[in-house]
Amino acid sequence: METSMIEQLELDADGNLARMDDWNEEVAREFARREGIDELTDRHWVVINYMRDEYKNKGDAPSIRKLTKQSGVPVKELYKLFPKGPAKKAAKISGLPKPKGCI
Amino acid sequence: MEMPVAESKKQGEEKKGPEPIQKVSIIISKGSLEEVYPGLIMANGARMEGIDVNLFFTFFGLESIISKRMDNLKVSTVGNPAMHMPTMLGGLPGMSAIATSRMKKEIEKLDIPPIREFVEMIHDSGAEIYACRATVDMFHLTKDDFCEQVDGVISVGEFYEKSAGAQIIFT
Repeated sequence: METSMIEQLELDADGNLARMDDWNEEVAREFARREGIDELTDRHWVVINYMRDEYKNKGDAPSIRKLTKQSGVPVKELYKLFPKGPAKKAAKISGLPKPKGCI
Repeated sequence: MEMPVAESKKQGEEKKGPEPIQKVSIIISKGSLEEVYPGLIMANGARMEGIDVNLFFTFFGLESIISKRMDNLKVSTVGNPAMHMPTMLGGLPGMSAIATSRMKKEIEKLDIPPIREFVEMIHDSGAEIYACRATVDMFHLTKDDFCEQVDGVISVGEFYEKSAGAQIIFT
């Protein structure tokens, strides 16, 4: 069995990374597999990179509206890429805390 | 010592919390701006959590999916004590327009989309959107009067069928 990188890292109460600097692409892939996403495609990475940039600049994850408008990934596709909860899942895979906003 | 079956089962169950919500049916029955948004925000929030959503519009709630009207919903300034505005003042011409424009600005600040865009976004997220048959007949409307996101005009009975296993939220 593969060794888990996530288990070596400090997590918050929601199971997200406690420090976004602990994140790397391997950690992202492992979080994704845990969330049922076997492979991270280029389109996943567009979302992940946008979320990390936005978090660094603003201190919170973007709203779905902002995310879809600015990353160029439409709502329908976003829900396909991250089924069953795109904002929460994308944040976790991106190494960020759970988004605080309602939208 | 062997544990009785019933007891070990009980301990197993205790570890689990209550079942997460899988599905909601949200009814929007009113047509002023401040009465439509809460239902839409609840619907969008549910989809964001991976919860299945049916949105059912009835009575004046239909205003928010009628293509010609959905961009023009207004905040009601009369008969709402929480507005902190005397009813007679709230009834003056232009008051509703002022309150509406203020609320729209605040809503935009929070990155909440205008009604039309919000309905589209919620539909794109996988929610199903229905109009109430009785109201459609009462107001002499047809399917063509609605925005394209409306999946159908259905009866109350069909609404309950589609709500099998769902929590029902009336707004």
